[in-house]
Amino acid sequence: MSTDVTAKTPAPAPPGKSGSASDEGLLQLILGGLRRNMRQYGMLIALGLIVVLFQIWTGGDLLLPRNVSNLVLQNSYILILAIGMMLVIIAGHIDLSVGSLTAFVGATAAVLTVNHHVAWPLATAICLLTGAVAGAIQGYLIAYFGIPSFIVTLAGMLLFRGLTEIVLKGQTVGPFPGGLQKLGNGFLPEVGPNTNYHNLTVLLGLVLLASVVWQEVRDRRRQQEFALDVLPAKAFALKLVALVAAVLSVTLLLASYKGAPIILIVLGVLVVGYGYVMRNAVFGRHIYAIGGNLPAAKLSGVKDKRVTFQVFLNMGVLAALAGLVVAARLNAASPKAGVNFELEAIASSFIGGASMSGGVGTVLGAIVGGLVLGVLNNGMNLLSVGTDWQQVIKGLALLAAVGFDVWNKRKSGS
Amino acid sequence: MAGPVLEMRSIVKTFPGVKALSDVTLTVRQGEVHAICGENGAGKSTLMKVLSGVHPHGTYDGEILFEGEVCEFKDIRASEQHGIVIIHQELALVPYLSIAENIFLGNEHASRGFIDWSETLRHATELLRRVGLTDHPETRVADIGVGKQQLVEIAKALSKKVKLLILDEPTAALNDEDSGKLLDLILELKNQGITSIIISHKLNEIRRVADSVTIIRDGRSIETLDVKSKETTEDRIISGMVGRDLDHRFPERTPHEPEEGAAPALEIRGWTVHHPIDQQRKVVDDVSIQVRRGEIVGIAGLMGAGRTELAMSVFGRSYGRYAGGTVLKDGTEIRTRTVADAIQHGIAYVTEDRKHYGLNLIDTINRNVSLTALKKVAKRGVVDEHEERQVAERFRKSMNIKAPTVFEPVGKLSGGNQQKVVLSKWIFAGPDVLILDEPTRGIDVGAKYEIYTVIDQLAAQGKAVVFISSELPELLGMCDRIYTMAAGRLTGEFSRAEASQESLMRQMTKDKEVTR
Repeated sequence: MSTDVTAKTPAPAPPGKSGSASDEGLLQLILGGLRRNMRQYGMLIALGLIVVLFQIWTGGDLLLPRNVSNLVLQNSYILILAIGMMLVIIAGHIDLSVGSLTAFVGATAAVLTVNHHVAWPLATAICLLTGAVAGAIQGYLIAYFGIPSFIVTLAGMLLFRGLTEIVLKGQTVGPFPGGLQKLGNGFLPEVGPNTNYHNLTVLLGLVLLASVVWQEVRDRRRQQEFALDVLPAKAFALKLVALVAAVLSVTLLLASYKGAPIILIVLGVLVVGYGYVMRNAVFGRHIYAIGGNLPAAKLSGVKDKRVTFQVFLNMGVLAALAGLVVAARLNAASPKAGVNFELEAIASSFIGGASMSGGVGTVLGAIVGGLVLGVLNNGMNLLSVGTDWQQVIKGLALLAAVGFDVWNKRKSGS
Repeated sequence: MAGPVLEMRSIVKTFPGVKALSDVTLTVRQGEVHAICGENGAGKSTLMKVLSGVHPHGTYDGEILFEGEVCEFKDIRASEQHGIVIIHQELALVPYLSIAENIFLGNEHASRGFIDWSETLRHATELLRRVGLTDHPETRVADIGVGKQQLVEIAKALSKKVKLLILDEPTAALNDEDSGKLLDLILELKNQGITSIIISHKLNEIRRVADSVTIIRDGRSIETLDVKSKETTEDRIISGMVGRDLDHRFPERTPHEPEEGAAPALEIRGWTVHHPIDQQRKVVDDVSIQVRRGEIVGIAGLMGAGRTELAMSVFGRSYGRYAGGTVLKDGTEIRTRTVADAIQHGIAYVTEDRKHYGLNLIDTINRNVSLTALKKVAKRGVVDEHEERQVAERFRKSMNIKAPTVFEPVGKLSGGNQQKVVLSKWIFAGPDVLILDEPTRGIDVGAKYEIYTVIDQLAAQGKAVVFISSELPELLGMCDRIYTMAAGRLTGEFSRAEASQESLMRQMTKDKEVTR
């Protein structure tokens, strides 16, 4: 990087009064912020780079509205799994069973709705409960019985795969009733006058925009009230502009095709919800604490066993949700569904900044990591790269991301 | 009298910010058992690490002569080639390998990379006979007791053709019978011509096996005494160990006047704890102590006295196996089965090992400070980050934590500042009783004074403070009352007026037989 001059002294952001920072100071402030948050921003920049590259190579096909819509639908279930996996990895564990569990839940949904004609809302509830029970059993064995998570979930991986085949009797079962299909393939309904854009999506985008800006401004004002240091006005304005531009462009891209996919809304709620929990909830803090230093967390009164149990319970529920989405998208439950999903979710978490030893990572990181893999997949498909080379390239991407992280850490001498 | 086999001349060893050895000279004669004694942190272990090449030549100043030639060891292998073998307090055996495999680990009887089992077994059997162990050499090390494991270590040393055997607190983890056997073996090896250095603070042990004793204090060799001479009494050794000046600075504090009638804030009765693995061993044996509000009570003891174990087992049974005893808070018995229970009842334990048990080093100051009492800055399970930040800022200012912001990872702070974060964390939890375990270990003098001031303020606010420390001047300077412990038992209780370094050390070096 060209910023090595000051790399040795990661000075804190100068408190400076609003607007008094010169342009040079502003640049330094931004670079300083980038450097200190290399883990988080590094991958975001890498994602941007990958998008730009594939946009050029595919002659602009990557960011066509239809393809962006597809990208979301194709990757939604991996992203859902990646959120749960991130929590598991932050807590210092691993879950290998989620791919098989998604298949098993998909199979359960198919048998319930197709073979036994159970109403789809009830079937959905039963499926989520199934995931919760599966997660609870594994979580119990890991947290209270003390079997390592690698072993328990490896067993779970075999077990749920087998159960899937048993439930489906080795056959593919489908198609699903309409309500459930919408979860995988549906879009927000069309309302209002005929503009060239999808009205509801635009509206939603604007609401999101307003709430993001309001949140930022309120945050800043509260910090000022408490006489805490805040970003200088110019930097803050720049941040707002970047946020607005990002939200607007995604909204317009989606709105110029069929609108926002339903699963995107679900995903959005999950990201915001889990992001909030991991950042602000006592539960989230306790996950970071047990992953960062288990003995210290125990001596601080954190109920480590209960937290571990809950993390796996949560993973089970999210795996069930992902299972429903996969089944709905393919419109059938197959014994071979969800193969290698656990590995994609784990890779997403590590690309997104998680650490093998636990205690580090963010929900947003998992999403960025998942998107890096997703865009690589999608872009290479558009370029007609075979699945053989796709695997090779994704493997290299994982190595490069984590390698960069290790190198960056060593360089900063921590 | 035999000439010297080992001479260490003017050894100086500095670590970043600390001078561990400032001038140590040690002369060991051929064929003797030479004891080294001194307080915790006096520099005994560092000296042995210099000798055995753990701290390689070039990282220290001074000269080492072994068998008349100058030695410049670059690692442990180099010192072992000369016949110097060290056996550390924590044994370095692989539990799931056999005795024979452990003896020859890294030094296997092999040809072309394949182990010669018959030679291995033959040689192992011979070595085991020399140390008086009758177990089969193919027994797993995990299946024999600590005492026998210690003998396996010695057999391993013998296999390396040891000339100078160094034992670091060899009996600290052993029961009386095993200790006796081990000491006999050291004398037996002496008859076979092997010189030994034994680090110990059990004075009766030193009297039994050692020929001479060198006393180390604050990184300096004070004197070498002839143990067999009549003048070398236990009191003589003790006065050598503690002769430190009381020139440390402490905040002025008015001694606590105990209130008549009021129940002690914390009372521990008959507390007994067994070792987590070796369940026959009592690590804490029938200990009863009490501390009142506004009082600072010290617990003095040497390594293995059981002070940390007592504190941690009282604090939510975080150590060992509970085997009896009750805890009373303000006169009523309380449950302290889990850490959460203990915190709930207003007890805080500030660990001696802040890096492993005190802090999440990869997380920030504010999040470390709030962890034990997250509920105080949270509403309905959601943390108010602004309030949390303010709390952390308040502690950063009041405790003088040197960091640019409270968002600094605590792993990047100096030891003294990390200790202030740990203290902040527990003060924020709002306890009535604070158990401070070596709160000034490994931090510089300035930070020490600041921490003393904080402790003093806590007592002035009416909190009960239990102060565990290995530094006697610190205890004498800060405490209203001091308990001494040795080998898991309470061996004395001193008022501020009665306590002196000598009187405390006498009780701290009492072994079981003496107190019984």
